[in-house]
Amino acid sequence: MKELTEIKNIVSNPYAYIRKYKKQTGKKVVGYCCSYAPEEIIWAAGAMPVRLFSANENIHLADTHLQSYCCSLVRGILEEALANRLDFLDGVIFPHTCDSFQRLSDIWRLNIKGPFHLDVVLPVKLDTPSAVQYLRDALEKLKKDLVGKLGREITDAMLADSIRTYNKIRRLIGKLYELRCENPQIISGADFHAVVKAAMIMDKNDFLEVLSQIITQLEKDGAQKTKAKVKKLVLSGSVCSHPDIYNIIENAGGVVVWDDLCTGYRYFEGLMAENSRPLAAIAERYLNRVVCPAKHMQLKGRGENLVRLVKNSGAEGIIFLLLKFCDPHAFDFPYLKGMLEEAGIPCMLLDVETELPSEGQLQTRFETFIQIL
Amino acid sequence: MKKTISEFLKTVLIFLAGRFKRLTMYFKKTKTMKDYMMVYYSQAKSAKLTGRKVAWITSGGPVEPLIAMDVIPVYPENHGAMIGASKMGGSLCEVAEAMGYSADLCSYARSDIGCATVNGGPIGGLPKPDMLVCCNNICGTVLKWYEIQARYFNVPLFILDTPFCHTEYTEEMARYVRAQFDEYFIFLEKACGKKFDFEKLNHVGHLSHQGQLLWQAVLDTAMHKPSPMSAFDAFYHLALIVTLRGTKEVIDYYTWLLAYMKDRIARGIGAVPNEKYRLLWDNIPIWHRTRWLSEKFAAHNACLVADTYTTAWCGALRYIDENNFIDSAAEAYAHIYLNIGVDQMAKMIIEMIDKYDVDGFVLHSNRSCKPYSFGQLDIQKIVERERGIPCLMLEADMTDERTFSESQISTRIDAYMEIIKERKSKK
Repeated sequence: MKELTEIKNIVSNPYAYIRKYKKQTGKKVVGYCCSYAPEEIIWAAGAMPVRLFSANENIHLADTHLQSYCCSLVRGILEEALANRLDFLDGVIFPHTCDSFQRLSDIWRLNIKGPFHLDVVLPVKLDTPSAVQYLRDALEKLKKDLVGKLGREITDAMLADSIRTYNKIRRLIGKLYELRCENPQIISGADFHAVVKAAMIMDKNDFLEVLSQIITQLEKDGAQKTKAKVKKLVLSGSVCSHPDIYNIIENAGGVVVWDDLCTGYRYFEGLMAENSRPLAAIAERYLNRVVCPAKHMQLKGRGENLVRLVKNSGAEGIIFLLLKFCDPHAFDFPYLKGMLEEAGIPCMLLDVETELPSEGQLQTRFETFIQIL
Repeated sequence: MKKTISEFLKTVLIFLAGRFKRLTMYFKKTKTMKDYMMVYYSQAKSAKLTGRKVAWITSGGPVEPLIAMDVIPVYPENHGAMIGASKMGGSLCEVAEAMGYSADLCSYARSDIGCATVNGGPIGGLPKPDMLVCCNNICGTVLKWYEIQARYFNVPLFILDTPFCHTEYTEEMARYVRAQFDEYFIFLEKACGKKFDFEKLNHVGHLSHQGQLLWQAVLDTAMHKPSPMSAFDAFYHLALIVTLRGTKEVIDYYTWLLAYMKDRIARGIGAVPNEKYRLLWDNIPIWHRTRWLSEKFAAHNACLVADTYTTAWCGALRYIDENNFIDSAAEAYAHIYLNIGVDQMAKMIIEMIDKYDVDGFVLHSNRSCKPYSFGQLDIQKIVERERGIPCLMLEADMTDERTFSESQISTRIDAYMEIIKERKSKK
């Protein structure tokens, strides 16, 4: 499929795409690295929001700012900036998440000169009246800050338009998840992952167009592809920057049909109301979607969500892909495991530092896990 | 049944021991830290007997409302420090690791989570909480840690969310924190089943402010040369401002301690007998090696005169208005040392370097504390640029003694002290 090829090209070299895009459109590019970045506001202001990913290997410049016990995601993003590979950025926003990203924001502000820098200090808990009020206030402040930095007014009409675009994308991605869950044969995990990642890199309208074409095509093809008997799995963690993992799981006889990832379903989950005040609608979505473990929302919310995800997707087990030194996820793991086991759902833990273990070794581990399902 | 009876008898014994201690203290001229801590922990551990409520609270959390409501505050972090100092961190961390907690997580949290299930450690575990109060002005770790304990003990959890002040404390943040103080009072009314006592809170707030002023005055004595106290002394005497802030005991003790330090100054007694070099310490102590480190530096005639850690309990003093405790406490608790940007931390460190006139800066890169440790490399660069003093970074862990490499750290300190000596001899 030519649309898929296009997407894979973009995802394999996002910087080239962004540079070219910037040249062609003259748009300003604003980076972010968290699924709580209210990018709808950036897009409404006529700028292009782009998710920043870490350098997967060869992190050395960041070593002079961050100790070895900082996760590779945070060190890797700093490495990209220090190596001057992100020179296309006009600005960067840091929503408050974990302790490591909190300090990354400081270190970035002190060392990376050029693009503007904004902190979006969102509330850490999302289930009290004062926190809800503060969330709205923080979004209002971001809007004001962005108007100043980007030099453009942001009207409610512009925000409403942006919200509609994001809703369309989220609806379609939801559809893609459902199609694949129904029949995992229609698109490989690696290709699926590329589409999902492209949503965080590409122009929103262009992406929407390509995505709808891909979905139409998959629906057509899907009818012909028979459903093979494979073990359905859910992948849970923070950021998955290892597309290989999907292939390895598939070679081991399993398939990831749903996820609870920051660069996956947590990014897409939930629509915004199109008929209420735009910023309130954006805030409302954060209150309704499942939380990142760095945020607080009820004591067992994430566990209940995972059990529900597994049941709804027809999966038989969960693979936790945890980044070494990622505290919020590591703290949640034992209780999540406990709740899943109580519900009779087996799980497997894969600790990743920077690179995945060797393919052969990993495949054997997945095979062992899949066999017990 | 047998177990319940023996538990009950144990509690009675703890209660009586505390009462007896209090009685003997009445007749004692100089009351030691150990005396106060023993009474405090025996009260906390026999709370079931006396019908008082126990709240677990984070070290940077607003304790004053608890004291105003006659709730006994208990500090898992202070407990973590005690566990570390008695070199029991490793074994308790192992308990948590067997439960599935990663060995890379904060060792206070790991040892506390482990300890809660086995009631181990130097004081046989903490008393069970009736409620949990978590203020995230020190880190995001406490949020996860208290969530875990709220699930384990099945007790209500109050989260005081203090937005991080990277560069500013906005009006929105101020409104949010202030509103949460009101939510905190309502939470306590519900948990204690009685009306909140605002009059008592003002009184407690006043004592808390006085206690912090006294603690600052004690730390200030280290400006004198030779310094009558070292950071290691501060690590020890700190326990009271952490655990009993807002009570009269803190005032009594620090009044005595201040007089004691002033007396040492008058008599020219230094913490290090032949103080030649003065150093500043950054980050939480390496609890399992405080004595060793103290002796190690003293052997080089070096005194760690001050530190950023113990200063944190009086670092936000300028925000406190003793006549308007609630409003100003909201701002003060949001502004503590670990809730501000790296550049502001560097600024405070430079002020300390000048104030205490130090020759070097020792940074503990603490694997257990990311918000304290990430940014240290930039702070080090700023300090070297602005003040040109040599810096030493030691990688260790505050409570988990298992990975500590004594010989390696020893060699690094020796080499560092050579640089300090050479530099000073040229001055």
